[in-house]
Amino acid sequence: MNQAEIYLAAALGIMLIGLYGLFTQPHLLRKLIALNLFGSGIFLVYVAVARRIAGETPDPVPHAMVLTGIVISVSATALGLVLARRVKTLTGGTELPPPVEPEP
Amino acid sequence: MMRLHRVILALLLAAFGWLLARAFVSLPASPPHLADAVTAQMDQSGVTHPLTAVLLNFRGYDTLLEIGVLLLAGLAALAVSGSATTTPRAELLDRPAVLLGLVRVLMPVLVVVAFYILWIGSYRPGGAFQAGSILGAGGVLLVLAGVVDGARVRLALRMILGFGFLVFLLVSATVMAGGRALLEYPVPYAGLLILLIECAATLSIGAILTLLFLGVVAKEEAS
Repeated sequence: MNQAEIYLAAALGIMLIGLYGLFTQPHLLRKLIALNLFGSGIFLVYVAVARRIAGETPDPVPHAMVLTGIVISVSATALGLVLARRVKTLTGGTELPPPVEPEP
Repeated sequence: MMRLHRVILALLLAAFGWLLARAFVSLPASPPHLADAVTAQMDQSGVTHPLTAVLLNFRGYDTLLEIGVLLLAGLAALAVSGSATTTPRAELLDRPAVLLGLVRVLMPVLVVVAFYILWIGSYRPGGAFQAGSILGAGGVLLVLAGVVDGARVRLALRMILGFGFLVFLLVSATVMAGGRALLEYPVPYAGLLILLIECAATLSIGAILTLLFLGVVAKEEAS
């Protein structure tokens, strides 16, 4: 198992932990953290893929994609935080309210 | 019931993980050498750092949309928390003096560092996003220390919110006049155009990040 494969395996684990947290944690802040964990796993995949061949300089194209992705995830997280605050203001809770049952 | 949900979720995730693992294993042994293509075209990019060349020239489309997404997030935050009031002045008066003093010392340094990072982006790691986040951090510090009035900052930030995206869009569209494709900079001016875009983007990114922070900390009255 070379270096890149170790990173890929770690990325896989991080992604799965993040996804599991996203679906099981009801608290909105925890959901956001889980989403970020999932995203970090994806970034790790790109960084690992960028230097799969040992000894060579890393490929700048996947690195540029990760850099773009980080900015996107920062904006998504910030928007999520703003929305979570709005939920807190409107409902007083930190979890999403249960879906409204449609009228029969 | 909840237990059943978790078991199903775990099974789905295991299947997803297995698929991903299969994909990783089946990656080609010798990956395509995009790095070589980048190196071969470096003299046409107008900069000497490969990452900056990819970000702002070869894959400039990504970066243009990236700034667009950032702008969108800033606008959405404004829309959601626009009516919210920021901390009133009376509360700001009892902020710790150490924080105030620190901010006064740090702010000029932050601005200088931000523009240094922006400037070296053409030949070293650095660039608009790193510089913009440093400016944004400065903005957050200013808000925390209450050095500036929330409402006035908000107005100023709104003014430069879309500046970076606008300049980027204008440049990328203007180069089309010479029969070139979108974002295809003329080679002699590529470095200058990239610097222009990065300067505008740095200001906007700093403003958007500060606005996002303001949106998160803003005090809201329950309606």
